[in-house]
Amino acid sequence: MGLLDTIPYKTVVPAHRPWPRAVVAETGWRAAVNHLVGGRLTLLAFWAESATVHMALFDAASSEVAVVSYECASGAFPSVAIHHPPALRLERTIHDLFGLTPTGAGDLRPWLDHHAWGKSYPLAGRNASRDAVPYTFLPAEGEALHQVAVGPVHAGTIEPGHFRFTANGEHVVRLEQWLGYTHKGIESLMQGASLEAAAKLANRTSGDSAAAYAFAFARAAEAALDIEAPRRATLLRALMAELERLANHFGDIGAICNDASFALMHAQTGILRERCLRAADLAFGHRLMMDVIVPGGVTRDVASEGVSALRALLAEIEKVFPRLIELYDNTASLQDRTVTTGIVTMDYARQFGAGGYVGRASGRNFDARRSLAHAPYDELSFEVPVLEAGDVNARVWIRIREVEQSVGLIAQILDRLAAGEIRIALPSGHGDCEGIALAEGFRGDVLVWLRLGGDGRVERCHLRDASWFQWPLLETAIEGNIIADFPLCNKSFNCSYSGVDL
Amino acid sequence: MRQTLLESLTHGSLTEPAPSPDDAALAELAKAVDRAAQAKLGRSLAIRQVDAGSCNGCELEIHALSNAFYDIERFGLRFVASPRHADVLLVTGPVTKNMRQALERTYNATPDPKWVVAVGGCAADGGLFRDSYACVGGVADVVPVDLHIKGCPPSPTDLLKGLLALLEHVGGKG
Ligand code: SF4
Repeated sequence: MGLLDTIPYKTVVPAHRPWPRAVVAETGWRAAVNHLVGGRLTLLAFWAESATVHMALFDAASSEVAVVSYECASGAFPSVAIHHPPALRLERTIHDLFGLTPTGAGDLRPWLDHHAWGKSYPLAGRNASRDAVPYTFLPAEGEALHQVAVGPVHAGTIEPGHFRFTANGEHVVRLEQWLGYTHKGIESLMQGASLEAAAKLANRTSGDSAAAYAFAFARAAEAALDIEAPRRATLLRALMAELERLANHFGDIGAICNDASFALMHAQTGILRERCLRAADLAFGHRLMMDVIVPGGVTRDVASEGVSALRALLAEIEKVFPRLIELYDNTASLQDRTVTTGIVTMDYARQFGAGGYVGRASGRNFDARRSLAHAPYDELSFEVPVLEAGDVNARVWIRIREVEQSVGLIAQILDRLAAGEIRIALPSGHGDCEGIALAEGFRGDVLVWLRLGGDGRVERCHLRDASWFQWPLLETAIEGNIIADFPLCNKSFNCSYSGVDL
Repeated sequence: MRQTLLESLTHGSLTEPAPSPDDAALAELAKAVDRAAQAKLGRSLAIRQVDAGSCNGCELEIHALSNAFYDIERFGLRFVASPRHADVLLVTGPVTKNMRQALERTYNATPDPKWVVAVGGCAADGGLFRDSYACVGGVADVVPVDLHIKGCPPSPTDLLKGLLALLEHVGGKG
């Protein structure tokens, strides 16, 4: 229990797996926050229940995870965000949904609550009202400054959100995001849902990461129930996760180049993406592989024609992709737009615990598949690419290298697929239990925490997208760049809206 | 290098034959669309996509319509950046309460004659999110809908079938 050695706690909660959860008093809560501020620990997640707040913490030195929980007597808890900025949006969300008040908070503006739900604090389980005040953006003052407001409906086929730019001429001095437009109340719908229904909701938290969410959700449920999915199922799950990563990376590499007016790359990667989705459809019966990964295993085995389709896909990628890399590398007009554009500093990436290509392009060497290795990744060989430049170009290169790794992983998985069970029945008659899991989605780590009641229903589930800790970094990355480079920066992050609006 | 790429784009087309328009969609449209408007527009439609709270799965398949396999522009269908340039609003999602006003405004900013196509199970009736405090329900609960394309998400082929039905109908051939 190393991580918890330096955090005084009252009790450790039974049946919380695979990592411990400890209930802390104010001294323990503050000790945890101090470790976050000092950089010894990384904030993985921060969520609430009607009278408790929880933080999931990660110790990079020992690769340990632990959850600390603070019981909010009188509906308040010591603010984390006032000391540790990565917690800010999560803290505002906790207040919006549960009405729990962070004491000492510097910023309690609503985040998800646009005063349109017809009720305040919808998950609080009690009636309380909140004044509907117009949203105020942070001020930026100076004679030559002007503001540009974008959204929530954007010009392209993308998710809705509001961006407020303050610019000096063409140069952005501040970008402020306001999201929440796609808030669907997923965590409230999860409460009381059967595992089957909850898994479907998890699949649709962010459609581009359906397999990653389903993977994390299934593993959290299995951890809670203390069971393991059959080996063939874990291999198929990883196969789907890697296929999803390939499809999204192809889409994004092309889209980034397209935003730099290089449409040829977009056309080519669009073909590869479509081939991935068709192979997924043949192998798993759904182009985005929704509802295939469930607690206990997978619902559908891959038939031999699916395996051949996947092998053909790998061959095609191996033939075409090297040429596309060469094209990217040798197009000066493209490099001119991507090199030194939209830099995320290494310090920020570390402080925010930025996952995926955003973190890895800025020196943060974290990948849930390796840092918190689980089946089947613990028996597969792959590399985690890391760069330090932190610009759009570095994020493109991380994706390129990850495509190569995923191709290798899928090949290894296909070689290892031996006949066997793909799903086991879930135990009944277990008591209350809790589980937590991380899965490496294409844009970073997805975390799922859940508590199951004795009847097997979900009592509380929290889903944390990697984008929570990437969106704020986009605000810093655009500073000093010109507004015209925003689409390029934004696309190189490709943060999820639905995944954070929930 | 570039030569190879350009060649691969020019010889041997990937584009697939058009699917036939969806019959159910045609029937739905026959009721909904005003014939006088059809003549005006001919066989070309400008589409403005509006995400009214989707999980982004539907958007991915709408994106796919522009790839080399489906190549939606060959049918005279194209995506535009502003509702003011649009004939069709392609709306996804269970219409979250936070997006209701933006959807209404987008609808009002679209000049007549206009058609609204609700894409995906969420847009039809709220889908899995129907009972949430944060969602309105289907698109039709906010703006009038002319055509539903079902699926979660609908495949690009299903999307194309629905849109071709709309195009035929608008072109007066439906
Ligand atoms: S219909 Fe399915 S894919 Fe489309 S937005 Fe709804 S949940 Fe997502």
